Amino acid sequence: MEFTEEQLQRYSRHIILPEVGGKGQKKLLQSKVFIVGAGGLGCPVGFYLAAAGVGTIGIIDNDTVELSNLQRQIAHSTKTIGKLKIESAKATFEALNPDVTVVGMKERINKGNIFDLIKDYDIVVDGSDNFPTRYLINDACVMVKKPLVSGAILRFEGQVTTIMPGEGHCYRCLFEQMPPAGLVPSCQEAGVIGAIPGVVGSLQAIEVIKLILGKGDILKNVLLIYDALKTTFRRVKVPKNPDCPVCGNHPTITEIQDYDAEYCRM
Amino acid sequence: MDEIKPDKSIDIKGHICPYTFVKSKIAIEGMEVGQVLEILLDYEEASRSIPKSMEDLGQKVLRVEKINDTDWKLLIRKEKE
Repeated sequence: MEFTEEQLQRYSRHIILPEVGGKGQKKLLQSKVFIVGAGGLGCPVGFYLAAAGVGTIGIIDNDTVELSNLQRQIAHSTKTIGKLKIESAKATFEALNPDVTVVGMKERINKGNIFDLIKDYDIVVDGSDNFPTRYLINDACVMVKKPLVSGAILRFEGQVTTIMPGEGHCYRCLFEQMPPAGLVPSCQEAGVIGAIPGVVGSLQAIEVIKLILGKGDILKNVLLIYDALKTTFRRVKVPKNPDCPVCGNHPTITEIQDYDAEYCRM
Repeated sequence: MDEIKPDKSIDIKGHICPYTFVKSKIAIEGMEVGQVLEILLDYEEASRSIPKSMEDLGQKVLRVEKINDTDWKLLIRKEKE
C-alpha cells in the first residue's frame, strides 16, 4: 500500500519516529485488535488505537450509555445517552480517523462465543469490569495463544499487565482463582476517579502498539500498579507459574468453563 | 565534483517540516541498501535537518548543495534498512 497525502500528515509524528517509520505505520494499519468492553478502559484504548491508525478495532459490549458513565467513558457523550455503547464508540472512533474500521458487537462475551469472536484478531485487550469475564478472556487467550493486554481499575488505583501465552505469565499465575463474589468491590460500589481509566487505558494502548511494532519491552511477567494518590508506579515481578492451572506444565483447565456459575457458587 | 547518479529522486519543494522529512523517510524506506536518493527542496531549515535526521537513522549524506537562489539538492545513500 502507498500512503495518501492525508495519511502522511495524519501519521507524520509516528513516521518520524525511528521505531515506527512508514513500515511500522503500515503494520498498525494492517492490524486487528479486539477490545472487550466499551466502558472506562475500552473508551481510551479504542480512542488511542483509532488515532494511531490500527486498521480494524473489534469492540464488544452489551450496554447502553448512561449519564453516570460519562464521568470516565470518554468516547460517549451526553448526546448518546440511551444509545448502544458500541454504536456510540464506533461513531466517535471513526469520526476521529476514517482509516479505521470499527466492528461493534452487541453481546456479552461468553464461553460459547469467545473463540469465534477473537479468532480473526491479532491482540485482545481486556477492559471488562468483572472477574468471570476476566478469567474467561485469560483462559481463552492462553488456549489459543493470543496476546492479551489486561487492565483493571478501582478507586485511585490501576493495574496493567501483558500476557504472552507460552512465553510469560498469565492472569492465573498471578491470581489462580477468582476472589469470592462480593469480596472485591466493583467500581459501582467503590467508585473510581474518571482519569484513572484514562491512565490505564493509555498504557494498554501503548502496550498494544509496541506489540504490533515489535518494539520495546512489554509488561510480560510484570504487573504494573499505578497508585494515583501517591503518584507511584510499581512494577511487580510475576513469574510464570509451572503449576498454573491453565498455562502450567500440567494444566487442569483444558477447556473453557462456565465462569458465571463458578463465580456464584463461591 | 563527480557526478552521482541517483536511483530515485523526489521533489519536496513547497513542503515544510516535518513533511519534508516524512516524505524523505518514506522514500528511502522503499529503496535498497546502497541506492542513492536525490531530494530537491526549497525549505532552508530542511537542508540542515534532513541530513542530520538521515545520519541519525544511519544513512550516509553524500551531498548538500544549494543549486540556485531558492533550492537545495541533497544526495543520501541508503546504508541501513
